[in-house]
Amino acid sequence: MKSKVIVATTINGEELEFLCEPRQSLLEVLRDVLGLTGAKEGCNNGNCGACNVLLDGVLVNSCLVLGVEAEGRTVETVEGMASGGQLHPLQQKFLEHAALQCGICTPGFLLAAKSLLDHNPDPTEAEVRHWLAGNLCRCTGYDKIVRAVLDAADTV
Amino acid sequence: MTTTTTSYKVIGSRPLRPDGVDKVTGRAIYGADVRLPGMLYGKVLRSPHAHARIVSIDASAALTLRGVRAVITAQDLPAIGDKIADLGESVVNLRYASNNILAHDKVLYHGHAVAAVAADNVHIAEEALALIKVEYEVLPHVLDGKQAMSANAPILLDDLRTNELGKLGNAPTNVAEHIRHQRGDLDKGFAEADVIVERTFHTATVHQGYIEPQNATALWNEDDQVFVWCSTQGAFSVQEQLAELLQIPISRITVTPTEIGGGFGGKINVYLDPLAALLSRKAGHRPVKMTMTRAEVLTSTGPTSGSHIRVKMGARRDGTITAAQAELIYEAGAYPGSPVGAGCGVIFANYRLENLQIDGYDVVVNRPKASAYRAPGGTNAAFASETVVDELAEKLGIDPIEFRLRNAVREGDRRPDGPEYKRIGLIETLEAARSHPHYTAPLTGKHRGRGVAAGYWGNWGGKSSATATVNSDGTVNLIEGSTDIGGSRASIAMQLAETLGLPYEDIRPQVVGTASVGYNDVTGGSRTTFGTGWAVYEVGKKILAEMRQRAAEYWDVPVESVQVADGVFAHNGDQMSFRELAGKLDTPVTASASVHPQNYGPGFGVHIVDVEVDVETGKVEILRYTAAQDVGKAIHPSYVEGQLQGGAAQGIGWALNEEYVYDDKGRLVNASLLDYRMPTALDLPMIDTVLVEAPNPGHPYGVRGVGEVPIVPPAAAVANAIYRAAGVRMTELPMSPARIVAALATQSTNAA
Amino acid sequence: MQPFRYIRAHNAEHAATLLQQQDGRARILAGGTDLIVALREHRIEADLVIDVKGIPEVEELSFSPGEGLRIGAAAPCHRIYRHADVLHHYPGIIDAASLIGGIQIQGRASLGGNLCNASPAADSIPALIVHSAICEIALPQSRRRVPVEEFCVAPGKTVLGRGEFLASLHLPPPPPGFGAAYLRFIPRNEMDIAVVGVGASVQLDAERRHIRSARIALAAVAPTPLFVQEAGDALIGAEANEEAFARAAEIARAAARPISDMRGTAEFRRHLVGVLTQRALAKAVERANK
Repeated sequence: MKSKVIVATTINGEELEFLCEPRQSLLEVLRDVLGLTGAKEGCNNGNCGACNVLLDGVLVNSCLVLGVEAEGRTVETVEGMASGGQLHPLQQKFLEHAALQCGICTPGFLLAAKSLLDHNPDPTEAEVRHWLAGNLCRCTGYDKIVRAVLDAADTV
Repeated sequence: MTTTTTSYKVIGSRPLRPDGVDKVTGRAIYGADVRLPGMLYGKVLRSPHAHARIVSIDASAALTLRGVRAVITAQDLPAIGDKIADLGESVVNLRYASNNILAHDKVLYHGHAVAAVAADNVHIAEEALALIKVEYEVLPHVLDGKQAMSANAPILLDDLRTNELGKLGNAPTNVAEHIRHQRGDLDKGFAEADVIVERTFHTATVHQGYIEPQNATALWNEDDQVFVWCSTQGAFSVQEQLAELLQIPISRITVTPTEIGGGFGGKINVYLDPLAALLSRKAGHRPVKMTMTRAEVLTSTGPTSGSHIRVKMGARRDGTITAAQAELIYEAGAYPGSPVGAGCGVIFANYRLENLQIDGYDVVVNRPKASAYRAPGGTNAAFASETVVDELAEKLGIDPIEFRLRNAVREGDRRPDGPEYKRIGLIETLEAARSHPHYTAPLTGKHRGRGVAAGYWGNWGGKSSATATVNSDGTVNLIEGSTDIGGSRASIAMQLAETLGLPYEDIRPQVVGTASVGYNDVTGGSRTTFGTGWAVYEVGKKILAEMRQRAAEYWDVPVESVQVADGVFAHNGDQMSFRELAGKLDTPVTASASVHPQNYGPGFGVHIVDVEVDVETGKVEILRYTAAQDVGKAIHPSYVEGQLQGGAAQGIGWALNEEYVYDDKGRLVNASLLDYRMPTALDLPMIDTVLVEAPNPGHPYGVRGVGEVPIVPPAAAVANAIYRAAGVRMTELPMSPARIVAALATQSTNAA
Repeated sequence: MQPFRYIRAHNAEHAATLLQQQDGRARILAGGTDLIVALREHRIEADLVIDVKGIPEVEELSFSPGEGLRIGAAAPCHRIYRHADVLHHYPGIIDAASLIGGIQIQGRASLGGNLCNASPAADSIPALIVHSAICEIALPQSRRRVPVEEFCVAPGKTVLGRGEFLASLHLPPPPPGFGAAYLRFIPRNEMDIAVVGVGASVQLDAERRHIRSARIALAAVAPTPLFVQEAGDALIGAEANEEAFARAAEIARAAARPISDMRGTAEFRRHLVGVLTQRALAKAVERANK
């Protein structure tokens, strides 16, 4: 019953295989099996967004995906956002705008914001707020996060 | 200490935080990210009952499950007699603290820890919990503070006696303490009043709501050395709590704080740390990691108190408040220690009062033990008093900010609890709010209204230590012990840079644990930028003195003849930069300082909010929000603004939707972030801030604590705005849609 | 979470056969946003989880003017509300699909899953009811069809029997003069479960003045999503105005059988049914006029 499954997947552009039990969530696999602890567990039932990743380019809560579902798919985590020795513009703008205080929600917000800009490169404040409503932040009151995303959109 | 606010080179600028890149790339290690070789996973079995006697616990079946390594119950905790200890921000009876870690004979709330398991993985640990058989004898429970005070209420703690104004009672009770502040002649004061307003208020239990659940990883070595890695507001507090709870010497405990995902006061008390340590010992000295689920965070970690508050205030036609009286009943949760004392301190702190009386009651109920939450007790109190103040102003036909200005405290006035105010900025903050474009902007549209409220918090200094080392290239490594929850590495490094006359980028700060720096109190009480800032200022002075000495030795001149300014040493036309001198050092230059500054200085905030009420559904929309605050000196203005914005957001959540909901068996039914409704990005507007800089004379750079004040005014400000939008005075938090619809219905019934 | 096996089904028959073999110990995985939480919280048990996302008809999203809309049971919300034909013809579905959870839930959650979860508060079900959706249910060797309003029978319970699973939803093409809306009341602006949800659809006459037919359905006021046929029927022939909406709202209010729980009292819910029914009808008519 407890046999593990081999899963072949692509994470942050790298093809790899991992072993997991079917009951392990993608979040658990990323964190405990692959050591990618950028995705955070805030609620483990889809209500906070701290575990957000992109699955085949679609924003999802990795706590609500089974690890085995990653077979043959692509996963993008916060660890894959910076490239070529450079922070992603969203990462840079989050720093410049002081859009993080404790930083635990930041990886989820960054991926959610990236997903927003992929769909809508020039969002309004209302559109940013709507898109980010599934990501909870308890420190900032969202003001500086929203400004950072709007500024990053101008930059991209 | 005198300072000029214009001559700073680093202070007041907005550099990037030192830990920023780690946090936007996912590399920063938070408590749950800790991983050690051979690590086990621990889980906690919790009470399904609000109040019950534990008849028996049988863990034999769990211990036979493959992969289970240890099970502990209260029997594994050392017996602790009554001892009062000051742990972090609160004073506790250690026996109660121990009972809260693992219930001994009784469970006192739904979610109270009963046993814990360590296993090879978290799934096995969970399966093991289901195999532990606990027999309970369910007892009647009481959730409400007022009911808990009644004569026939179930008693939670058989040995509890009321500390009645300093004198211990002799009958069993749920009232742990009654405190009072008194001044002048209340009857005379009310007799002088032209208008008197009296109202009673109720506020719900709310949670800090940090996004990172509690966690701890511990290793109990064969030589009885204990190592702990955890998210905490204070590594030294964890060390002290563990020493007391486990009855081992402090020196045997090493606490390494990880990055921390929010605390707001809730990550001072330990919950998992002692369990992980005991499990490690019992499981053959393997490290044990424990993390809470979100449901556990809500059922079993410190929320802040629900409360019943009665406020009566009177004022003359000219707007002078003549008397103020309040009674505050705070629900402490299962063990004594609500923030009612702080609430009593906040409730009338904004006003000069000749006649006052404040009575506070600390009452135990079958809810989780309250822990600190950002200005603990302040929001409840200000919701009550600032609503009454608004009503007085309205009845007298005086603008609410003008009314507050006429009564505002200033230097030399006395706080309700006695001490005299030094330099404070309430008047400047009220004036800043009044002249802000928000306050004068027209507000049109149906069912829209604007409210204001003021708030006070006393802040704290605490003890801080820091160490800095001068590197051979002139850069400086700074070691501090204040965990960084909101950018304090930056504000601390900036103060050292300013002191040394060096660029911010030349200071590399690091937060370390109990093994690596002198004692530090918790990051709490709005003290870090103030207190640890003081410490690094002292460190900087020592380094400059030593470097000056070295420059004098290099030039072979008396030290008095060497001048130091802006990171440059000079003597008789010769000059040497800090960097040049650092390169010539033979013996290293290192300095440490430990401080315990007392003149932390309170802060005041004034918030303005515009709301729109959907009178059919009762839903309140926040249209515009401005928070003005006396911040002393803003070291890093972006992070000061962030404190104001974050505090306002939490206050708005408290005002509108957050509350603990229990069923008739005393079980918390909304223990999730779905139904414990914290504001989302879509529920808030941009939050404007006004930083009023009234420097604190008790700090070399004028710093005043800023983090807690901004959660004090929002609930009252929103209530006052709702009144102006919809005509109903809300006296209960949260001001949820159903309550507003009910209040509107009552209003129209009364009108008819 | 308890251990279970995981299988990807090749086609509908395969999935149905697996379900039948497991005798109630198997669960269908579509978006997983309800299933994984329920397994984790031990609210349900399963030995086998059958992933149906690879099955083309279960992922399908297609429209033709003659046949209407086919929504595969596992098609996630984000595909539905970005689909040009759905946007154009099925406004009530758009309303519901774009307010289930946040963006990251909509990346996975499906209307079929929402339906099979059979929550009284499900947002998509009133919208599906007012769009007259039909459920296509796959069995190991056959198919059957059930009107969506008959699909849920109790909280968490559906008409699905052993070896049956929901393959797709069929929505008829909207007639001329058709408009629909789904509104819900929640205390926040996102992320909450409906305290009350109301779906309404209308078909106006050629002059766009009178109501030819109407459907009204409610969420979170009964053990199942509630189709209030008499509220819609009361509007037949009526002029589309506030007075008529208020009449229908009163019938909907009377039909509601709410309970009190942590999300709202029965009294408050009944009150909201009235408010939201009027608002939903007004919005449906506004859309019908476009």
